[in-house]
Amino acid sequence: MEPLQIPPVNLILLAPLLTVVGWASALLLVDVFLIPEGKKKLTGYLAIAGLLVAGLVGLPLWNVSGSTFSGMLVLDRYSLSLTWIFVIVGALSIAMALDYLPRHGIEQGEFYPLIMFAVAGMILLAQGTDLIVLFLGIEALSITLYILTGFAYPRLTSEEAAMKYLVLGAFAAGFFVYGIALVYGATGTTSLAGIAEFLGRQTLVAEDQTLLLAGAGMVLIAFSFKTALVPFHMWTPDVYEGSPTPVAAFMSVGTKGAALAALLRVLAFAFEGVQAYWLPVLAALAAITMVVGNLGALGQTNVKRMLAYSSIGHAGYILLGIMVASERGAEAFLFYLLAYALTNLGAFGVVIALEQQGESVWSIEDFAGLYQRRPMLAVAMALFMFSLAGVPPTAGFMAKFFIFTAAYEGGLGWLALVGVITSAIAAYFYLRVVVKMFMQEPAREVQPELNRGLNADIIIAGVATLLIGLVPTPFIFLAQQSLVALGG
Amino acid sequence: MTNAIPLEAVLVVAGALFCIGLFGALSRRNMVGILMGVELMLNAVNINLVAFWRYLEPRFITGQTFALFVIAVAAAEAAVGLAMIIAIYRSWQTVNADSVDSLRG
Repeated sequence: MEPLQIPPVNLILLAPLLTVVGWASALLLVDVFLIPEGKKKLTGYLAIAGLLVAGLVGLPLWNVSGSTFSGMLVLDRYSLSLTWIFVIVGALSIAMALDYLPRHGIEQGEFYPLIMFAVAGMILLAQGTDLIVLFLGIEALSITLYILTGFAYPRLTSEEAAMKYLVLGAFAAGFFVYGIALVYGATGTTSLAGIAEFLGRQTLVAEDQTLLLAGAGMVLIAFSFKTALVPFHMWTPDVYEGSPTPVAAFMSVGTKGAALAALLRVLAFAFEGVQAYWLPVLAALAAITMVVGNLGALGQTNVKRMLAYSSIGHAGYILLGIMVASERGAEAFLFYLLAYALTNLGAFGVVIALEQQGESVWSIEDFAGLYQRRPMLAVAMALFMFSLAGVPPTAGFMAKFFIFTAAYEGGLGWLALVGVITSAIAAYFYLRVVVKMFMQEPAREVQPELNRGLNADIIIAGVATLLIGLVPTPFIFLAQQSLVALGG
Repeated sequence: MTNAIPLEAVLVVAGALFCIGLFGALSRRNMVGILMGVELMLNAVNINLVAFWRYLEPRFITGQTFALFVIAVAAAEAAVGLAMIIAIYRSWQTVNADSVDSLRG
């Protein structure tokens, strides 16, 4: 056998990822040895600082692109933009949690480094160009999220949600690796570029490629589990309801965004040549995801479950951008992800403000009459609901507009139509919250709790939601620039 | 050496193991049993990976490295899963998946 060769490694390309991982590891030790009990908020501030530093470290890399670890990891503008989105999501989620944890008596310093590790997994998913790395990224993200879901120990629902999530997640992981193993057997490689090269060498005859098709199908099932596409969405409402609310907020945008970003890379690079095989499958998935997600939200009186179903529906819209394997589609995908992430984090922020100590109700009735008690909070929530429903002039409207246009131009007109119709249905349950807040008398006394972290989250999310909706041009420009020199 | 046992035979064993794991994960009501089923599924994958490496691409060690990664991830998952089962047992006094059922939707 030949001696093992160590490939050249360029760590500069991984600077944001390494910053997050390094900072989180150090923070775990600092938290245990230096930060006294009761002052754990400091750990949270340090974690936010670490995420922001990681974002800043990425800035000078905007004009750098390249791959390292023998082509397993890549740095390009696409991954960098995603990194920034994930860093913002992580920082805002931690900001929400700063006062949430002590108020509900579950303050443990590990919470903040764990969020950072999850963000590292997400960045790994954005940078990975090899199925092995994507597997590692998904698992790094999922395993930390299992723990975070169960973080409200000893609240029973939290443990139950964590166990459900773990069992289904481990199940999906099994499918994912089995699929990868079959693809590896069929093509002899796990790198996305290698698979594309293999597929480019010959015309695919379905009968000869059972192994490859079975493998790709299993990988797709695993991705559907992780991003909660219908019919693999059953766990989502339970897990969101049971987990601590900041974690649910983080999951609803982070996990979904990262897994979908990786799916886009897999489909657009490795399997671009066999679009005819996966397009109908994904189109069907997207259509039923949009329909079931939005219909499921209609009957919910629990706001957290409603937001869970709404996040399922939004995954369907995002999938439209992925299917149109063109620059327009990928642009619309990035734009939608940013708009949806900020809006949803804001909406969850308001839910946290209304969450009463020791209760797990999150009833929509608690929103009744909010306008009389906290006008600004009600206006902010109305803004987020409008944005999620896709009413102009909010970020959600622009995002939906771009994604439907991209789908229509990409020849998926009927899916765009399904999207428009389901958005109209969705307006009902989003606007119901607004009606409750502005036009009804409060059913019971609910004292909203606001504090520094939550204020920051709601203000940043609100301003961004309006800003992206009113002046979308710079953000579109950024999304376009992100796709320059997209390396495989 | 590699001709003694055809690749197909190894794949069938791995496939059977995967299905046994799948069946176990779906049919067991004991949470420890479910975790064991999942572990079987992951180990079936390892057999596949090593077999494909040995028979198809012995020049590159992709399959072997991947198998190592899978083992590491499976260990991490089992550690978190067992910790969670202990936590659940402390508050519910049971490890039966059907009795742990308070969230509905």
